[in-house]
Amino acid sequence: MTYEFDDNDLKKIEKIKAKYPEVMPATLPVLWLAQNKFGHVEPDVQRLVAHTLDLPEAHVHGVATFYTQYYKEKKGKHVLDVCTCLSCQLCGGYDMLNYIEDKLGIKAGETTDDGMFSVEEVECLGACGYAPMLQVTNGKYVNHLTEEKVDKLIETLKEGKDPEYEQIRMPLRKVN
Amino acid sequence: MSSADWKNFEPVLIPNTKDLHKIDVYQKNGGYGALKEVLTDKKKWEGPKDVVNEVKAANIRGRGGAGFNAGLKWSFMPPADGKPRYLACNGDESEPGTFKDRKIFEYNPHVFIEGALIAAYAMEITSIYVYIRGEYIDYIDMMQKAIDDAYEKGFIGKSIFGTDYSVEFYVHSGAGAYICGEETSMLESLEGKRGYPRVKPPFPAQKGLWGRPTTINNIETLAHVVSVINKGASWFSGIGAENHPGPVLYGISGHVNRPGVYELPSGVPVLDLIHDVAGGMRNGKELKAVIPGGSSTPVLRADQLDGVSMDSDSLREVGTMMGTAGMVIMDEDTDMVDVLWRIAHFYHHESCGQCTPCRDGTGWLEKILLKIKNGEGEIKDLDLLLDITTQMEGRTICALADAAAWPVRHTINRFRDEFEARCKKSVHAVA
Repeated sequence: MTYEFDDNDLKKIEKIKAKYPEVMPATLPVLWLAQNKFGHVEPDVQRLVAHTLDLPEAHVHGVATFYTQYYKEKKGKHVLDVCTCLSCQLCGGYDMLNYIEDKLGIKAGETTDDGMFSVEEVECLGACGYAPMLQVTNGKYVNHLTEEKVDKLIETLKEGKDPEYEQIRMPLRKVN
Repeated sequence: MSSADWKNFEPVLIPNTKDLHKIDVYQKNGGYGALKEVLTDKKKWEGPKDVVNEVKAANIRGRGGAGFNAGLKWSFMPPADGKPRYLACNGDESEPGTFKDRKIFEYNPHVFIEGALIAAYAMEITSIYVYIRGEYIDYIDMMQKAIDDAYEKGFIGKSIFGTDYSVEFYVHSGAGAYICGEETSMLESLEGKRGYPRVKPPFPAQKGLWGRPTTINNIETLAHVVSVINKGASWFSGIGAENHPGPVLYGISGHVNRPGVYELPSGVPVLDLIHDVAGGMRNGKELKAVIPGGSSTPVLRADQLDGVSMDSDSLREVGTMMGTAGMVIMDEDTDMVDVLWRIAHFYHHESCGQCTPCRDGTGWLEKILLKIKNGEGEIKDLDLLLDITTQMEGRTICALADAAAWPVRHTINRFRDEFEARCKKSVHAVA
């Protein structure tokens, strides 16, 4: 399949390049731009990024494969990145991962047959105080997971809506 | 203010002020006054060097984990030569147990921006990059908005406050790699490459971004600069623990009733943080263990915690470190073998693969721990694990191997019984 950037994308890319004294630093942001547009950065997209920035294909491939958030292959429409690292492990992260796997009938790393959901087990997402938690398709964090909350999230996503940003209030200190 | 008086401490980084993230509210509360003062009050601040000296005197120990005096780090920058110089602000925040800088991005982004601008002026820096982990996309957007607002008000850009000082400020998003929190790896990532840490020397102050002098500071570290300028180095250094002074953002997670980020003086007793600040243990369980400052800092048993406080000296005495002050609290039901295996899994996943002791060592640690976790291990495997840790530590370009080795060594040593109980009994034929 051939992928292309339109004029609007190319304008954005020029703006990105202006932030740095060289072209190479634009690699990460332009890969992001490509992934947000195409939903992934498969090898053909990596080549498009390389040719657009006039950088070696091998360089862009090397970068794309180093960072976990770039999807090197097509994923489901919604990717559920479930954290199981340390604090999430302690607070039931694996229970949540298992519940999601059972509910969707797939294992971590797989995608449902209808292409709606992928599930991934991921490393610390920096929400340790709000464990267990997951991130939806490199976007919103869903914190303090319970089975009910997972059910509701999956319904929301099936309805084509995005989960809302969860503002976590600063805990008030009780002065004893 | 002494550490014992922590209950009366008024937060300065994340105070309870409504809408402080908005630039107008921040300004109404005195925001950007410190920047204006250092740039325009020539009686008090004759030049950039005065700012460096004040920050050095405050002894802001780097809040990203290494704990190095920020002002001293600034003083390593060579004299300005009219060519580009950079400040790289580290918002990668990926050490398990650490979730504090996001509070600054969300609730008080301008205190960080102002602190970074003061730092940039002090080091005669021409461009600032703030590197934020890619997963924090919401905070990246918030930070970009805050920077745009500060540009609009003239706090960033050309001729700030009518002076001849100009600086640019950019946001750079990561894309999922723990190693990019290591400062030279972050520079590689900013340059658009795989995040491979660099060999030091040359240090970033000599040869950093694009070969030019660069200083890297943690977000919280830079945010503290504002109160050092406003209230003086002696105010800052008089708060909390003598050798690790100032307010600290404690991120408390795990088995407590009120997990979260709390701003308090350094040196608060660990048990006060658990029982008074974080509301005590969940479900009335007993405390078993504490990881004080992110997953790489050695774990402490509950019986080691009497009189221990969150400052570098006190923690060193019991064989651990302050790290990022991301405290992970574990109750009596916690399986230390499972926890250690998960930590080892993390470091194996995140090793960049440049150095053999780390690339292979982290893998061996994880595999052997998995074997023990599954009841297939033998007692001799514990000694093998300890042996591997000594072969990893100090033999690599960056500190990831050390960070992977320490928890393994100390968790096994401090919970040896639990690990031995999971191993198969040794049976030797005697005849």
